[in-house]
Amino acid sequence: MPSAEAAPRSGGRPGAAAEQVAAWLLALPAMLLMWAMLLGPAVAVGLLSFTDWSFGDAEIPWHGLGNYAELWGDRVFWISLRNTLIYVGVSVPATVGLGLLAAIAIEGVTRGRGFYRAAYFLPVASTLLAMALVWEFMFHPTVGFVNQAFRALGLPTADWLQNPDTALLALAVIGVWQNLGLAMVLFMAGLKAIPKDMYEALSMDGADGAWERFRRVTWPLLGPALVFVVAITAIRSFQVFDTVAVLTEGGPSKSTEVLLYTMVQNGFTFLRSAYGAAITMIFLIFTLALTLAQTILLDRRAHYG
Amino acid sequence: MVSTFFRHGFLLLGAAIMLAPFVLMVSISLKSPGEVFAPEFRLLPVQWHAVQNYTDAFTKVPLARFILNGFIVTFCIFAAQAITALPMAYALAKLRWRGRETSFALVMLALLIPPQVPAIPLYIGMWQLGLLNTYAAIILPSTISVFGIFMMRQFFRTVPDDLIAAARMDGMGEFGIVWRIMLPTAAPALAAFACLSFIWNWNEFFWPFIAVQEEHLMTPPLGIAFFSNAEAGTSFGPLMAAATAVTAPLVIAFLLAQRAFVEGVTMTGVK
Repeated sequence: MPSAEAAPRSGGRPGAAAEQVAAWLLALPAMLLMWAMLLGPAVAVGLLSFTDWSFGDAEIPWHGLGNYAELWGDRVFWISLRNTLIYVGVSVPATVGLGLLAAIAIEGVTRGRGFYRAAYFLPVASTLLAMALVWEFMFHPTVGFVNQAFRALGLPTADWLQNPDTALLALAVIGVWQNLGLAMVLFMAGLKAIPKDMYEALSMDGADGAWERFRRVTWPLLGPALVFVVAITAIRSFQVFDTVAVLTEGGPSKSTEVLLYTMVQNGFTFLRSAYGAAITMIFLIFTLALTLAQTILLDRRAHYG
Repeated sequence: MVSTFFRHGFLLLGAAIMLAPFVLMVSISLKSPGEVFAPEFRLLPVQWHAVQNYTDAFTKVPLARFILNGFIVTFCIFAAQAITALPMAYALAKLRWRGRETSFALVMLALLIPPQVPAIPLYIGMWQLGLLNTYAAIILPSTISVFGIFMMRQFFRTVPDDLIAAARMDGMGEFGIVWRIMLPTAAPALAAFACLSFIWNWNEFFWPFIAVQEEHLMTPPLGIAFFSNAEAGTSFGPLMAAATAVTAPLVIAFLLAQRAFVEGVTMTGVK
């Protein structure tokens, strides 16, 4: 971009016009790519969902709300949506709860913090696909760790990933294992923001038990962090795909069919692009709703908190 | 004292569960098929089968090629992300121009869109351009990182204006300022972003799974899935050897840049 270099300078700040041109030239490559790879395709998905186009068709017939009407009557779509919501409903409270517990416990010790943080966070950074295969072995009906531990504790065992009643739950366990560390570091950042004198004031009141400290100071002041962590965890859980694709392929008998998997099946395997686009829109709407809910909750806290 | 002891007990138990899959992965990668399915678990094998397993992993499938592809793809993606994000972040943080607020709003909007949403139109577009089953197909969608723009913009806002004014006084153009003044100051933030970008794109499965079918183009997660399908759950030893080989660069990168990674993720929580 030599024109930006060549802009005339007459000591001090350049002319406002030159700054305008330079700014646009600097922003242009990123703006073009952002439209080409993200915003444009996102708009295109919305438009495509109102057509009846299948991959390879010569014409693009307008279909209005036809795809959404078809989704309404599609048994697999409802199973998929229900499974996704169950997956999110199970994994979010577990991830957030355990993440908070880990964060508070780590804040309470002086030694080994670095080790604990690294250990809990490692799954977030590791290749989920490779680790999913390890989990497949952990869930192995005879030699898997899970069944061995359950047997030792006298609990019932199962072929977790092959049983329609437990497969989704098993995938949720993998999801919790993967995201727990993320919730933990976000909570640790939130805990650091709580002023220490709040706890001191509490102990001067004579209330100094761990539970009292948590109930009266940590929990109320952690509110904004909690909302943020719940939203982030829920959004990530909605995106569950890798484990389904490699471990269960939506089975057994559709028990692990989830939104993104259904979308990929329709959009890329069956080449029903427009129908896949409609499922993408449902997925996007849920994600945006979560973000909106987070914003509203945080705003209200900011006003009254 | 008691509560500290209790806390460490709880944390150690948790850490053991969190790390168990990694330990198991390495352990199985060292064992023979007979020992993998032995009723009692041993951390280390009685008879070492490591050489056999790792040789199998690298010869039954082109694992070295997958790993090389991983490095090619992540490097190209990061280079493109940095080249586009740094100038835009500078323009957003330090220049006054019409459209700045709108552009920043668009970046924030793009941050809300999950990466899976553009997949169908991107697939159609790449098919029209004949790009499916190429490196370009894997790389192009990730060449823009709105997260990177946001992160670098936040960083550039903390750079003093005097530094930029002085550079202008010396007759340096805006383009020169980005690369010769801002880039060196931003080195730590950019390094943090490089780690995040590397880890995310190394692990990315969704898009490569859609865009690439040919073995010689597969990235590490895709290659592992391919290997797993081909072996159909029979040879756990070589499979875990492959998983270890694919995870190792990442674990090393994470341990080296742990702090930067955690801080980067804490900033937004999403990619």
